[in-house]
Amino acid sequence: MSVIRAQGLTKNFGKFKALNGVNLEVEKGEVYGFIGPNGAGKSTTIRVLLGVLKATEGNAEIFGMDAWTEAVEIHKRIAYVPGDVNLWPNLTGGEVIDLFVKLRGGSQRTKREELIDRFKLDPSKKCRTYSKGNRQKVALIAAFSSEAGLFILDEPTSGLDPLMERVFQECVKEAKNEGKSILLSSHILSEVERLCDKVGIIREGKMIESGTLEELRHLTRTQLHVETREPSPDLVKIPGVHNLQKNGRAATFQVDSEKLEDVISYLSSYGVLKLESAPPKLEDLFMRHYKGENSGPSGEGG
Amino acid sequence: MKSRLFKNTATLSRFIFKKDKFKMALWIVGIGGFTLAVAVAFPDLYRTAAERQQLAATMVNPAVTALVGRGYGLDNYTYGAMMAHQMLGMTTIIAGLMNILLVAKHTRADEEAGLTEMILSLPSGRLSTMGASMTVMAVLNSIMAFAVGLGLFSTGIESLDLEGSLLYGAVIGAIGLFFAAVTGLCAQFTESSRGTIGLSIAVLGGAYLIRAAGDVSNETLSWFSPIGWVLGTETYVNNYWWPIVLTLAAAICTAVLAFYLNTIRDVGAGFFPSKPGRMTASVFLRSPFGLALRLQRSSLIFWTLGIVVLAVTYGSVLGETEIYFEDIEFMEEFLPVMEGVSLTDQFLAVLMAVMAIIITIPALLMMLKLKGEEKNQRLEPLFSLPVSRIRMMGSYLLLAVLSSVFLLLVSGLAMGSIGVAVIEEGELAPFITSSLVYLPAVWVMLGVTVLLIGILPKYTGLIWLYLGFSFMTVYFGDLFQMPGWLTGLTPFDHVPGMPVDDFNIMSAAIMTVVAITIGAAGFLGYLKRDIHG
Repeated sequence: MSVIRAQGLTKNFGKFKALNGVNLEVEKGEVYGFIGPNGAGKSTTIRVLLGVLKATEGNAEIFGMDAWTEAVEIHKRIAYVPGDVNLWPNLTGGEVIDLFVKLRGGSQRTKREELIDRFKLDPSKKCRTYSKGNRQKVALIAAFSSEAGLFILDEPTSGLDPLMERVFQECVKEAKNEGKSILLSSHILSEVERLCDKVGIIREGKMIESGTLEELRHLTRTQLHVETREPSPDLVKIPGVHNLQKNGRAATFQVDSEKLEDVISYLSSYGVLKLESAPPKLEDLFMRHYKGENSGPSGEGG
Repeated sequence: MKSRLFKNTATLSRFIFKKDKFKMALWIVGIGGFTLAVAVAFPDLYRTAAERQQLAATMVNPAVTALVGRGYGLDNYTYGAMMAHQMLGMTTIIAGLMNILLVAKHTRADEEAGLTEMILSLPSGRLSTMGASMTVMAVLNSIMAFAVGLGLFSTGIESLDLEGSLLYGAVIGAIGLFFAAVTGLCAQFTESSRGTIGLSIAVLGGAYLIRAAGDVSNETLSWFSPIGWVLGTETYVNNYWWPIVLTLAAAICTAVLAFYLNTIRDVGAGFFPSKPGRMTASVFLRSPFGLALRLQRSSLIFWTLGIVVLAVTYGSVLGETEIYFEDIEFMEEFLPVMEGVSLTDQFLAVLMAVMAIIITIPALLMMLKLKGEEKNQRLEPLFSLPVSRIRMMGSYLLLAVLSSVFLLLVSGLAMGSIGVAVIEEGELAPFITSSLVYLPAVWVMLGVTVLLIGILPKYTGLIWLYLGFSFMTVYFGDLFQMPGWLTGLTPFDHVPGMPVDDFNIMSAAIMTVVAITIGAAGFLGYLKRDIHG
């Protein structure tokens, strides 16, 4: 069952087309990574899903209900954390958490205390004195202490330190284990790689790629580093080998996933001493899409 | 040692002047201009010595004394004595506020924002920021003192002599400097600039209240207040200079203490540990209405206090209305004599209209807060919760409507409770009804605000133009002989001026329906539009 299903979302701000037919589908129990550079349309998509912006065209459904007309009903079952958390300067963190929790309705007190403890937040301080990371903690605690079935997280960790980022990742995994769905928009690709089952890449208001990480990786190349007993002169001629850098009998290169077999069988005849392979990073995938056709394969780094 | 602590103070002082020159110029022009405008207006309003003596007679009552201070030279009520009596006390408060706001900005606000840390990371002395602020305030208050003093003297009005005028300016400068030093001291104690401003204003308010209490009860008590000191100069009457010396000495002692405390504390810290706030939300902060109320609680309290003070002031002069206005030609234009209606009632009707327009300001502010929250990106997190737009907008509207009822009631009560004491055969009820009759007009203004927020959120500022126009119409409509179709554009024109006119159920009902219709259109717009944050 799809928790989020958006089809052909278009949003115009005057003449500017912020979204241009975005399709997005998140299944129940799935962690969906939503990536793309600034201004690509991630936050606009999320705001349409939240029913804060009205889509110019297309429709978005959450839990099978229309995101615009049934926003209030939907919001009883979702929790949202914005990237830029703006809070009321003269309220304390504890007061804001309670306000959010109370407005959503239904949450356990113990969960709140546990999360305040885990995120190491001082809830007695006024929001005015909080740093960006602490404001994000307030929103994260309010979100994860809820019993929401869907979490919409828009760059939620941009101000957190590495320790707190780890706590955040634990919270996401726990939510997933409880069968909840998560839409995670992020710039931190390693985080997406670690947490997400599926990834969608948005560019200039269009989804240009989406699928499981495995599926996406299939489209790209594996990084290899080999050392052979004998020099391997013809490696450069094998189709599917890219960015070859040779240093004596050592070679570093990338290979198209479907040509891996050919390369290995060629190399084996030269006596492999050392073979290191790294799966393609999400970063490589991402860069490939964003560098576009401007730079050929030689432009890609390892 | 000294020079090291204060290194770069001169450079920083010049920087503050450069940064704040516009703000400072505005304060000087504002305070100086207002003082001069009143000084120039007095000879027109009260032409003869007899008129002035008549006024002096109306001024001898506890309400006025508490408000503006004890009058000196009441038996020879010259223009100078009038200025020192009616204007100077109020001006000391404004001068105090100017110094509090500027010094809090230069010291604690910059420290809170991390700017002081940046300055201290440069080769600047530990006391350079505070030193620069005090230097700037010394110069600014001196300029203010001379500008006001020489300005008053230059009007050439008889009895505004050179010595008195300079003393008048010196009072403003000295009290200003005193509160600059007090703010510098408060900045050492609190960790936030809001705390600094709050504490300093508490000192200012305390000084005012001690003076007010002392002036009506026990003279000695007034000498515990620096405002009491400077008003004890008896400017333009006896011209005592020693209270100025006393005030300046106190300012210097306070500043020295502030500097000392500044050297023994850490940057960013205050001597009062910041009090931990509530760990959990109270039962009141659990709905959009609770939030709207909580966010505007202090603003509502301050508006209530201000309106009580204003209403009491107006109420206290009602008793003398007949004597007050009979001989003043200007007032005849303003309040044409009507057969069978007492001048007091006529004046009361005008006062009620003015109060109603003033009370519309906080009511509109309460509603416009919804727009402000959107602009500050604080609505989106709330709309991601199961909070409907109707509930959100309705909460702010409900608060605005309740505030309008509350404030008009308070205004009528405050003016009435003084009024019944000073008017012969006065009753409380007419004050309340004359005030509450403006409710439908305030609601129309609120309806228009809702419409703007719902449909033209970028142009919500237009409501202030509309209110300004309403004020002009109500206040000067007769004086400027505005045509009826023009004055009819404001809802306030359709309110019967009670107690002179009778209550008109039709106009009240029609205006309420208009307010609801316009407001409903605003709600529809708000339901359909994008929320920008």
